[in-house]
Amino acid sequence: MFDLLKKLTQTTGVSGNEEEIRNVIKEEIKGKVDQITVDTLGNLIAVKKGNGKKIMVAAHMDEIGVMATFIDDNGFVRFSSIGGVNQYNSIGQKVRFNNGTIGALHYEQKLDDLKNLKLSKMYIDIGVDSKEEALKLVGIGDVACFVGDCVKQGNIIISKALDDRSGCAVVIDAINNMPKTENEIYYVFTVQEELGLRGAKTAAYQIKPDLAIAVDVTLTGDTPNSHLMEVKCGKGPAIKIKDRSIICHPKVKKLLENSAKKINIPYQYEVLEAGGSDPGAIHISAGGVPSGAISIPCRYVHSPVETACLTDIENAVKLLIESLCSFSG
Amino acid sequence: MLLKELTELNGVSGNEDEVREFIKKEAKGYCDEITIDSIGNLICLKKGRNPKYKLMLCAHMDEVGLMVTGYTEGGMLKFAAVGGIDQRILLGKRVLVGDKKISGVIGAKPIHLQQTSERESNIDIKKMYIDIGADKKEEAEKLVSLGEYVAFYSKYLTLGDNTIKAKALDDRVGCAILLEILKGKNYEFDLYICFTVQEEVGLRGAQVASYRIYPDMALVIEGTTCSDVPDVEKYEYSTILGEGAAITIMDRGAYGNKKLVNYIFNLAKENGVPVQYKQTTSGGNDAGKIQTAKGGVVVAAISVPCRYIHSPVSVMSKSDFESCMKIVHMSLEQFDKNPELINSFRDDLNME
Repeated sequence: MFDLLKKLTQTTGVSGNEEEIRNVIKEEIKGKVDQITVDTLGNLIAVKKGNGKKIMVAAHMDEIGVMATFIDDNGFVRFSSIGGVNQYNSIGQKVRFNNGTIGALHYEQKLDDLKNLKLSKMYIDIGVDSKEEALKLVGIGDVACFVGDCVKQGNIIISKALDDRSGCAVVIDAINNMPKTENEIYYVFTVQEELGLRGAKTAAYQIKPDLAIAVDVTLTGDTPNSHLMEVKCGKGPAIKIKDRSIICHPKVKKLLENSAKKINIPYQYEVLEAGGSDPGAIHISAGGVPSGAISIPCRYVHSPVETACLTDIENAVKLLIESLCSFSG
Repeated sequence: MLLKELTELNGVSGNEDEVREFIKKEAKGYCDEITIDSIGNLICLKKGRNPKYKLMLCAHMDEVGLMVTGYTEGGMLKFAAVGGIDQRILLGKRVLVGDKKISGVIGAKPIHLQQTSERESNIDIKKMYIDIGADKKEEAEKLVSLGEYVAFYSKYLTLGDNTIKAKALDDRVGCAILLEILKGKNYEFDLYICFTVQEEVGLRGAQVASYRIYPDMALVIEGTTCSDVPDVEKYEYSTILGEGAAITIMDRGAYGNKKLVNYIFNLAKENGVPVQYKQTTSGGNDAGKIQTAKGGVVVAAISVPCRYIHSPVSVMSKSDFESCMKIVHMSLEQFDKNPELINSFRDDLNME
């Protein structure tokens, strides 16, 4: 699992620019499913055929990042955020453009109070001294991801883009280890989740599934002076009850609960007060789809040091497999 | 001139009738089917010789404005904003109220009666009123019903040689360009020319139209922000007046199809037509809803930069308008020559 996580998290795939990560995932699942397609927006849809219920599994391939919007005469690059980029998390970070160009992200020195920091007062330094030189490396509209290597320490994984490459890893591992089932399963690696759940919406419309389960990360309440939240790293995958985009269907919640009990893994419930996720778009697409999610507890989401427990990720795989096999309507 | 007539019509979001009627009359005889759908979009179809692909052109008919929400005892009208309006631009403006187009002006407590604290802050929209010259509540009620729309009063005017001032350039510029295309030839592909409603209150018409049509590609033609003015840093310019039509890479609503965006940008460059990228990623337009219609749609937005957008005194450059028109025209010509191009931008390539 760690090797897969490492490979997936260290591949670039900023929202709207998922080509590279899509190819990596495609290679991982090739031959394990009956059909692989890419749709208009770029979702990767892998189908395992069957005569039973139609289930959609969703994990988003995209990650947050930045887009170059302006280059000044001295070669400094101004940028916009893609997805929820926090200005404080961004200070002193490295970003990597798709062509490999690395830049240092910092803020204008005349800023007297850090409280007033805005992304518009920050820039990317790619180490050149003219606009002409900069344009050889970076064009307007080019995107970059944050740099954050993937390390394992005991049971803990620290990396960029665990949101949601850890979910992608869970789905890939499930595909590779699925026993035979009657159910027809659509494994969807979605695009543009961080920009507003866009890929999930169009994928669900095409598939019109009987049920949908997303696998994504969620926040935790287990760090010093953190906001109150019951989810803790290491206490098992979380069954989503609600977030800002969905109140999960009781049928899906029950299915996940029963499956977790049956295979005897630890689990917890997730009530997320901020943020949305793919099932938010899926459950109101195509006339309505009962939807829910398996969430991986993750600290410091949307930073280059997202932190999650390996056992939670491994148990999420087991929970997903059991749920997919036992759903009968 | 079409743009003069279009901008002097009133069509605040939800009340696009006047604009729709005008466009419908202009369109008559130039297209094969005219549909007005349930939400009020006007959809004109120019059938293709080989209708394998459907292309949608989209411009919204509606503009920002106000709505009457109440009366004061003294006969003044209270109002709310329809769409995104900077309330600081409202005071002292002339407006036309309701279907009868009753003249009014927007007022507030005079400066010499304001407390010091009031003088130092902006007057809230709730404290403003429209004066239509009525003395009593009863008189105002007779003239204007609750819920009636209020539009800015602003004549189309040329400033200097190359610049236009008008209200509602967002998005009558798009309507004007679509009407020109509509009056032109038929193409290989089916061309759905859509004049949408309620863009300014949440891209509502486009959501309905794109579901109905579900095109293979959509081009949204817009008036967009232009912030090349004093006290704004260069890197914060969204677009620059006079530097050509602006192509959006990404905004809050949509991430334009990258291959299509590049194609259009390069096509313009190769043909010497002025073109720029919209450099900021704020704002949104109909493309946001069209992109995620049904199974997803290949979209791009091409815009005319407009300073002081969403105000009665929007300003645009004639040459930017021309370049936007040329780019739309050139793109359609390319797709006409090679309809398979329309299908070449999408990501879905069956891989197994």
